[in-house]
Amino acid sequence: MLVKHGIAVSPGVAIGQSMVLGAESFRIPQRFVSVSAVDAEINRFRISLQAVCTEIEENERVARERLGNQYAAIFTAHLMMVQDHRIVDEIELLVRQKCFSPEFAVSRVFRQYAKKFQNLGVPYLAERATDIFDLEKRVLRQLLGERREELRNIQAPVLILAHNLTPSETASLDKAYVLGFATEVGGTTSHTAILAGALELPAVVGVGNFLSDVAGADTVIIDGSHGAVIIDPDAETLARYRAVEQEHRNFSNRLEAIRTLPSVTLDGVGISLYGNIEFPHEAASARQRGGEGIGLYRTEFLYLDASAEPTEEDHYRSYCEVLKAFPDRPVVIRTLDLGADKLPIGFRMEYPEGVNPALSLRSIRLSLQHLDLFRTQLRAIARAACHGDLRIMFPLISTLLELRQAKMILGDVLEDLEEQGIAYRRDIPVGMMMEVPSAAIMAEQFAREVEFFSIGTNDLIQYTLASDRGDPRIANLYRAGDPAIIRLIQIVVKAGQSRGIPVSVCGQMSSDPLFVPLLVGLGLRQLSVTPHLIPEIKELIRKLTISKAENLANRVLRMETANDVESFLRGEHRKLSPESPA
Amino acid sequence: MSQMIHRRNVIVRTEHGLHLSPCSRVAQAALKFRSQVWLTKGSVRADAKSVLDLMTLAAGPGAELTLEVTGDDAPEAVEAILHLFEYDLVSASS
Repeated sequence: MLVKHGIAVSPGVAIGQSMVLGAESFRIPQRFVSVSAVDAEINRFRISLQAVCTEIEENERVARERLGNQYAAIFTAHLMMVQDHRIVDEIELLVRQKCFSPEFAVSRVFRQYAKKFQNLGVPYLAERATDIFDLEKRVLRQLLGERREELRNIQAPVLILAHNLTPSETASLDKAYVLGFATEVGGTTSHTAILAGALELPAVVGVGNFLSDVAGADTVIIDGSHGAVIIDPDAETLARYRAVEQEHRNFSNRLEAIRTLPSVTLDGVGISLYGNIEFPHEAASARQRGGEGIGLYRTEFLYLDASAEPTEEDHYRSYCEVLKAFPDRPVVIRTLDLGADKLPIGFRMEYPEGVNPALSLRSIRLSLQHLDLFRTQLRAIARAACHGDLRIMFPLISTLLELRQAKMILGDVLEDLEEQGIAYRRDIPVGMMMEVPSAAIMAEQFAREVEFFSIGTNDLIQYTLASDRGDPRIANLYRAGDPAIIRLIQIVVKAGQSRGIPVSVCGQMSSDPLFVPLLVGLGLRQLSVTPHLIPEIKELIRKLTISKAENLANRVLRMETANDVESFLRGEHRKLSPESPA
Repeated sequence: MSQMIHRRNVIVRTEHGLHLSPCSRVAQAALKFRSQVWLTKGSVRADAKSVLDLMTLAAGPGAELTLEVTGDDAPEAVEAILHLFEYDLVSASS
């Protein structure tokens, strides 16, 4: 048994067989074979190995002819490795003595060597682990033949373990077969993490190197609530987690019952709960969970998934699909929030050396310099707005001038539509994200020029505390509970109240049950959260009273450190929801 | 039953040490003999017929190894491996 710790990004427990992506991107269907089949299995292994050797010899021949002996030597070495009697003997021994399936034995033994190489402390040898993974893949491919299952067509439930998953890979995971996942890299607000929440799969990211510790088909537990990945658990641990898994299921069932109840506090104040979504189809899931609209539709996934730049029609269709789930409820569309970390293909730019991408050309700044891109999206939003209560939200606004410029371009676009006689909505509500400290400080002034604010806590924390959200080394600084963040939220809420415009929070902070009573106490009456958390947040709201929440907020406002704030809120949360598994 | 151990010291003279291809040449050479062939660096002992084992020696340029051979064709094996380290590997890497 081996326990690895990472960052918990999507709660729940998943128990199952591992599928290790990258080195071996297919599933090992069975781990054991019957005693009577051992000889046949060993024979099957030898035939596969022979086929791999023939394959490598062919590579060697081609390399020698085309590139010369020097390059062919790599394949000569591969051939020696795959025939290495130490490896072959060990694999056959595992099959014969432990009845391992050849696939499982191959994965185990090759990975043990890869691990050994990685641990020698010599960079050249550590890199040779890649050669070993390559050989493992070759042998498995032969062994599995037509039976091999790749990521796209997995046929049995697995836990995905990978170095990293791209947003589109994460999105393409089939929920029927993928029980959860863990990655070596990534942080709380990485896009993979956000998608895991959207897919409602237990997930742990930022685990560090662990893939060579696990073989394909090993039993693995992913504890997405506590950020643990347990490889090859012992019987006691397994039993404990089976119980936790059951508890989670009961908890979810209870939340299901709350779905149709209104989101009001004990003293009758309504707190509107909206969903944050990345894909149009999630709108239906937000509605099904009791969401009252969409508080944040992150449109950049339109760009990331497409191989070409999306057309006005692509935008229009996606927005109409979201409106289908909420024909009469607010749907807030955030315009392009592309940044250095999420640029589409063909759009990647080089930042000049010495320039910090997070502080450079991203989000609304990028839109204002690529007007074609921006206009295309604004036209689609204005047209789709005919079919429901669509609203526009500009991200990363830092100054009033920037906001006015964005609004001016919107005005131009509407004028064009008018001239072209295309149906659109003239009085489409315009709001902005509050995620740059300069804007939060100037909230009073901004409140005169927009119709709503939405506080984006992820970037607000990053910029206020000058801490990259992706860097685990400074995770102690990147904290929603920091008193500076709470004060900035207070400023924005007060500005909204004094001008009578609605304020919501759509960052990760509002999806964290810990912070919900505080946000309500600070005066927020709208929260936009990950759809699957809507029932849990609603249950919490239904236990609050405004006066209690305000008292709690007043106490928090007197605290000086994030540690004090968070430990106080944890204590309060336990009192409110003693049975919550999180 | 004790067998005579043929023991010699060898020095790694290849430019980058015992990398993948020198290892595979050593293993190829060792595999031609019936004898058991071992190479030791400090406390790490590797089966010279296993390219993977040889690599775990992590022997850099200038590393001193001990060659140990037992078996009926041991003298021939020792000579072949020594020749490899002294001449073939050196000229191949330059």
